[in-house]
Amino acid sequence: MIIAEKKPIEEIIDEVKDFNRILILGCNECVTVCEAGGKKEVEVLSSALRMYFITKGDEKVIDEKTLERQCDHEYLEELRGNIDDYDAIVSLACGVGVQFAAEKYLTTPLFPGVNTVCLGANEDRGLWTERCQACGSCILARTGGICPVSRCAKRVMNGPCGGSTNGKCEISKDVDCAWQLIVDRLNALNKMGDYEKVAPIKDWSTDRAGGPRTVTREDVKI
Amino acid sequence: MRLKIPANFRIVRVPCTGKVDIIHVLRAFEKGADGVYVVGCMEGDCHYNEGNFRARKRIEQAAMILDKVGVGGERVKMFNLSSGEGPLFAQYSIEMNNKIIELGPSPIRVAKQNKKNAA
Repeated sequence: MIIAEKKPIEEIIDEVKDFNRILILGCNECVTVCEAGGKKEVEVLSSALRMYFITKGDEKVIDEKTLERQCDHEYLEELRGNIDDYDAIVSLACGVGVQFAAEKYLTTPLFPGVNTVCLGANEDRGLWTERCQACGSCILARTGGICPVSRCAKRVMNGPCGGSTNGKCEISKDVDCAWQLIVDRLNALNKMGDYEKVAPIKDWSTDRAGGPRTVTREDVKI
Repeated sequence: MRLKIPANFRIVRVPCTGKVDIIHVLRAFEKGADGVYVVGCMEGDCHYNEGNFRARKRIEQAAMILDKVGVGGERVKMFNLSSGEGPLFAQYSIEMNNKIIELGPSPIRVAKQNKKNAA
């Protein structure tokens, strides 16, 4: 899922202080799971903003709404009817949701309420870690299901490099060496033979280097 | 026991302090409460294992938010005691009551009152 982090309240206050009718817009998908922009976070942020502006003697209308998804036309359309009731929207969706909402409602200023961080997993309570960089051509089949693109600091395709010590990466003692994990997994799978195969040069044109990416499926288009 | 406790607070009963969320605390302040305190079981004694730990974290977060919005994080506090400690409950109530009296009314209540007076 997409992992995001809440923006500091001060930053959001600074963005919206000149508007009087504000909608705090949450998203029921990834940002709900990573506790950054779901219904609960919408409630908390709205309450905090209301309290801040009340104490400043500048009471504002701050409404709350959480959509099923902000990266889909049909859910964003739910706002169409009352979008004009608001001077500004703070979207707690990931960068995708914020942009999609902004594209749809051209004349309403829209501010992000979270920092979108990565594609990651819920590793532990309060711990989300990166697992994928959406490089566009998956090599996990060769690497024992562990991704050197997202988990190796150097994105080494034939690792490990000389910076791997006791299973940790040289950038930090808290970061696992992805290639150590790959070797361990290949060993467990009894597929160390795969490790001996030199990986071909990776096609990075499917990564961001090739510009913004799109997926077109003629078979599902109507 | 017939212990005396301040009469100016309202007790909201929850099945476990793990049920208490940040928004419950914030809403209390939004509605004009001057302080909120949460009384949970002793740490390590939670019937649901982690309920009071969850509450503690949430209270810390609520305090941080209240600090940032100018209400004051010191107006919210978590206490722990066992269900048999009535006198301690009374003591905590008095302690919190004194602290809130010392801090004075919440800025939200003051702002609301000012607005009412101006109208």
